[in-house]
Amino acid sequence: MKPAAFEYHRPGTVAEALAVLAEVGHDGKVLAGGQSLVPLLNMRLAAPAHLVDVNWLAELDEVACDPGGVRVGAIARHARVEHDPGAAEAVPLLRQAIGDIAHTTVRNRGTVVGSLVHADPAAELPAVLVLLGGSVELASAGNGSRRVAAADFFVGPLESALRPGELATAAVFPRPPAGSGSAWLELARRHGDYAVCGAGVLVRLDQGLRVASARAALISVGPVPVPVDLTDALGGQPHDAADWAAAGRLAAAAVDPDDDIHATAAYRRHLAGVLTARAAQSAAASAADRLGSEGSW
Amino acid sequence: MSEPLHETHLVVNGLPHTVAVPARRLLSDCLRHDLGLTGTHVGCEHGVCGACTVLVDGRPMRSCLLFAVGVDGAEITTVEGCRSAGGGLGPVQQAFQDCHGLQCGFCTPGFVTTITAYLREHPDPTEEQARQAIGGNLCRCTGYQNIVASVLRAAEILKAEGSGEPQGGAPENREGSGEPQGGAPVEQEAAR
Repeated sequence: MKPAAFEYHRPGTVAEALAVLAEVGHDGKVLAGGQSLVPLLNMRLAAPAHLVDVNWLAELDEVACDPGGVRVGAIARHARVEHDPGAAEAVPLLRQAIGDIAHTTVRNRGTVVGSLVHADPAAELPAVLVLLGGSVELASAGNGSRRVAAADFFVGPLESALRPGELATAAVFPRPPAGSGSAWLELARRHGDYAVCGAGVLVRLDQGLRVASARAALISVGPVPVPVDLTDALGGQPHDAADWAAAGRLAAAAVDPDDDIHATAAYRRHLAGVLTARAAQSAAASAADRLGSEGSW
Repeated sequence: MSEPLHETHLVVNGLPHTVAVPARRLLSDCLRHDLGLTGTHVGCEHGVCGACTVLVDGRPMRSCLLFAVGVDGAEITTVEGCRSAGGGLGPVQQAFQDCHGLQCGFCTPGFVTTITAYLREHPDPTEEQARQAIGGNLCRCTGYQNIVASVLRAAEILKAEGSGEPQGGAPENREGSGEPQGGAPVEQEAAR
């Protein structure tokens, strides 16, 4: 199908974009990569009266790595972040998870910040942001900008803390502390489809290569990404011989998935356990590797 | 009520065009209806099937998920632009013919553009990588085996072209010029 008619706005600066968004309020929608929005428009599940195309705002085309982490501007494409060596070094979980977002063709246009704002419970990047304790920067005309922590940003399925008139200008993915390793695993019916369940895990090792802390974030098993602290299951255990299955049991107990046409709740819960256990093992191995290649603390 | 039109500049397959389109005109429809380039096929129109894939500034994208006005100024390559310099079949198209990589042909334009871009960055893929490269394109006829073979064959043709050898004439060619389908049927059985 074809989208309903809308008024098209192409602001040249962020200030102009915010002015338009303030004016159109509830009737406006931001167009960035459009890889989730345009399907909704084509199927007429959404029909905003105004589209504000932010793809021309060069000031938002940013991937900046510093000791604190990776700052991704609103129109940085998935593919750019995926292949950015600095981003991969600072926050390996970004590349690990972005590789599971749809296909190259979609990642060439879709944006990282757009995936966050879209807040699909089956999407990878919201869980990555939650797992890392990142944040999203929201700007609006007259009110300056505010920063919302991941834990507060995802409100429900396809619902974020973004208010009408606001523009998400950037997201910050903090660099995990020294001694950390991460892994992303998901299962989809076909490669590139939405995950039936997915798990990101971040493990931090101490100087004796024992697990100091571990946590997971799971997708497609709740209305928003589900964070799970795995430290009780893995803490103090060796990086290559911890009780991964116990970590999986913690994750399975923490999620409350629904049945749908793709999978039963029981199967999703089973996957939450298996994927978390495997990702935890892989994350710990990765942490040990990174410690090895970086030398001692 | 008539919708406002937006003047939009596109360079399509090397030729500059200026069109006046409503904002909601999808790039896929702009190419087909406004420019008459019907090689780009529209399958699902929500980004799943990949039939409408074109190259935007060299990168494969779903043209049904882009508004023409949103790519104002871009260079677009459609399947019509994937032919050889002499106007005949381009390397990827030739490979599809060699390997029987299409049946009804509806999905083929999206495969050809996707594979053209992929091989530029990955000139020597393994079979597994070839399979991954076409993961975002759906085909309901072939069962994919011959399309995977076509990716590998196209890489061979491009390599031969790059080294100045005649197309398809390299002795190490997997398929061999006299055996268009090569080992693909065997592969197909083995994969099941």
